[in-house]
Amino acid sequence: MSTNTSRLFEFDISYIAATMLLLYVIFLLLSVLQGYPVAGIVSSLQRVTFLVAVYGLAVLALNLHWGYAGLFNIGVAGFMAVGVYTSVMLTAPMGASPPGLGLPLPVGILGGMLAAALVGLVAGLPALRLRSDYLAIMTVAVSEIIRFTYKSNTFSQFTGGAGGFGSIPPGPIRRLFLQDASSIISEPTAIGAFVFDFMQFPMLDGFSLGRPVTLNIFSTLLIVAVLALVYAFLVRAVNSPYGRVLKSIREDEIAAKSLGKNTNRFKLKTFMLGCALMGLAGIMWYGAVGQSSVYPNTFKPELTFYIFIALIIGGAGSNTGSVLGGALFAGLLFEAPPRVATILSDVLGVTQTPDTIIAALGPVASGQFVPLLGFFLDNMSQLRFIFVGVLLIYLVQRRPDGLLGHRSEVAAATDLSARPSRSNGGDRDE
Amino acid sequence: MGTSSATGRSRELLARPTVVLTLGGGVLLLLDLLAQLAQVDIWIIGGSLPFSQLANYLWTGLILGLIIGLAGVGLSLTYSILNFANFAHGDYLTIGAFSGWSVAYVIAGLGSLDIADLVLVTAAPSDVGASVASTPVAVLVGLFAAVVVTVLLGLAIDKAVYKPMRNSEGISLLIASIGVAFVLRYLAALLFGTGRLGVTAASQIPSTNVFGVTVSAHQLTILVVAVAVMVAVHLLLQMTTIGKAMRAMADNRDLARITGIPTERMITATWILGSGLAGAAGYMRVLTRGTVGFNDGYLLLLLIFAAVILGGIGSIYGAIAGGLLIGITSRVALVWVPGEFGRPIAFGLMILLLLFRPSGLFGGVETA
Repeated sequence: MSTNTSRLFEFDISYIAATMLLLYVIFLLLSVLQGYPVAGIVSSLQRVTFLVAVYGLAVLALNLHWGYAGLFNIGVAGFMAVGVYTSVMLTAPMGASPPGLGLPLPVGILGGMLAAALVGLVAGLPALRLRSDYLAIMTVAVSEIIRFTYKSNTFSQFTGGAGGFGSIPPGPIRRLFLQDASSIISEPTAIGAFVFDFMQFPMLDGFSLGRPVTLNIFSTLLIVAVLALVYAFLVRAVNSPYGRVLKSIREDEIAAKSLGKNTNRFKLKTFMLGCALMGLAGIMWYGAVGQSSVYPNTFKPELTFYIFIALIIGGAGSNTGSVLGGALFAGLLFEAPPRVATILSDVLGVTQTPDTIIAALGPVASGQFVPLLGFFLDNMSQLRFIFVGVLLIYLVQRRPDGLLGHRSEVAAATDLSARPSRSNGGDRDE
Repeated sequence: MGTSSATGRSRELLARPTVVLTLGGGVLLLLDLLAQLAQVDIWIIGGSLPFSQLANYLWTGLILGLIIGLAGVGLSLTYSILNFANFAHGDYLTIGAFSGWSVAYVIAGLGSLDIADLVLVTAAPSDVGASVASTPVAVLVGLFAAVVVTVLLGLAIDKAVYKPMRNSEGISLLIASIGVAFVLRYLAALLFGTGRLGVTAASQIPSTNVFGVTVSAHQLTILVVAVAVMVAVHLLLQMTTIGKAMRAMADNRDLARITGIPTERMITATWILGSGLAGAAGYMRVLTRGTVGFNDGYLLLLLIFAAVILGGIGSIYGAIAGGLLIGITSRVALVWVPGEFGRPIAFGLMILLLLFRPSGLFGGVETA
């Protein structure tokens, strides 16, 4: 087992590294083409890393539900909202508006994950015996109920309502680097002073990163570390006896039951664990890097579908595939198209951007395609989602396994494929 | 024997505390409603609710329910015959709304206003003056156009997306329908913009007051058209061979195929009926709402699902009844909760039903 697994593991790490390298090269090129200053380039790479990391976290959690336990949960956004809202409500200062409980950050993060898991318990306890399409409809309804509740005016004194929860306390990196975490120009701590000085890169001329970029970089690195931890935990979990039961439930629940496994309990536990991880993903995504507010409308079902599409790209049932899918979706499908559009319209000298499709199509009759191009470039955010939809249909029809979903993971405790060369034990009839 | 199994069943139901709690809560709410209407206060129930307000809730709930029911018929049919939950169904409503009103605008404003503004529904509503009273022909032709465009689109999507996956599992089809939903929604956003467009000329819609309830001509139009369409669907399903075959398909696809029903043709018929009704529902929704946006149909989707599940998947009459129940519940709920909770209440009702009676209120697949 160990040789094969570790070889696969090295392979997986190189896969992820290669994808990240590709993304960095692409975004470096985009930033240079857009004429960004050095700090802007670094900041753009930081943003890509951040998106890749948070998508990775959310997709990993969904993969635990769908890829391993076969639970079709499309309420991801709702569980993320519970995580981030609970965590900011626990940690926001008491006097702020909306007020919090002023608890320390670790308590907030654990509390957020616990709350998401509890909501998962309440929703999952009755729901997990439903047919998978019913579970889908129910989870999306639960996530909408959660969003409407956070958005409602009735509870706005606690949640901030539609205007968002505006008193998110500063993240751990700011607290570590700054004496007064709420003010970016405050006196740095000893560690902060060292890091800020280092990021000025005195040995390099004209290359220096200010405090905001530095803080964002380190916060992002923290999320990457969380992602690595969650990834390692999940890889370990799905290769444990627990993970083997999950795979058996996904493949054939009746068979697993007949072997004496309480499949309902396993499903419920997995559902709760996945929900807790979704809560964690929510906290990292919307509560950790520089944001001061979190808005209920961030958690529309679209968010769930993005995460879902990322999982399908990567391949359900593979943790590495989840991270890869998250990276490719966040980088290539979500972040890159608008910037490519900006560059293209600069390069091609598109100055006319018609407001409507008719104004854009009119000149085509006289052989002018520039207005149409301008219209499309101007509406890149819509085109992007049309493309995402087409891609999703294509993947389901042609590549339902995604990038890595075809890889069968060893379900047995010992690797049966890596059998030592056969002894002559069973050759003779006795 | 029938009675003994029925009592056994009811005993089994009552044994479940959640069911008792739900029923008890329902009874309490009903008593409270009566007390509120009678303007009395007894312990925790009671209050004051003017009758006209309740009647208003019922009326607007009925109109919303008719639209949801109309859309639900299509969703229920595709759900039972093609065996998947179509997450793009809401966006069929959006397409119906935009295409229908585009045509209605062109007819209503042709000659006097810029054609591009009319096609894209961006012309000022007061200039076009579209309403049932002032431009009845345009509104009617628009309805027809909405149905035709949505049917054509539904058939094209079936051919391109679902036909190659005919033997796939329901979940794969569901995921594909999410892809279709994205394409349709953002296609609408690309063509008609992401803003909310005013459509009907509010000042030109006649309305009257019946027992303190404001009844507008557009609401009456919806009532008449929806009931007429529902009766037509009923006749189609009961009186024609196609209807019989569709009911057989919904009941048991394999059995239907064995008896020689051409399943592929029936699937086409299902899409025609389902998409057409969705297009009509989307178009008529604008009649009461007055505005249209690219997200509208999608926002209705969960309510339509709720109606279909309430009525039992595959049941036409169940979908209509479920639609009315969801529409009315989401409005009458406002007696007890603030307006922003109408939708969550309807979703909650759906979840309760999924948990306790997944076969719907009327039980089982009964397209008959």
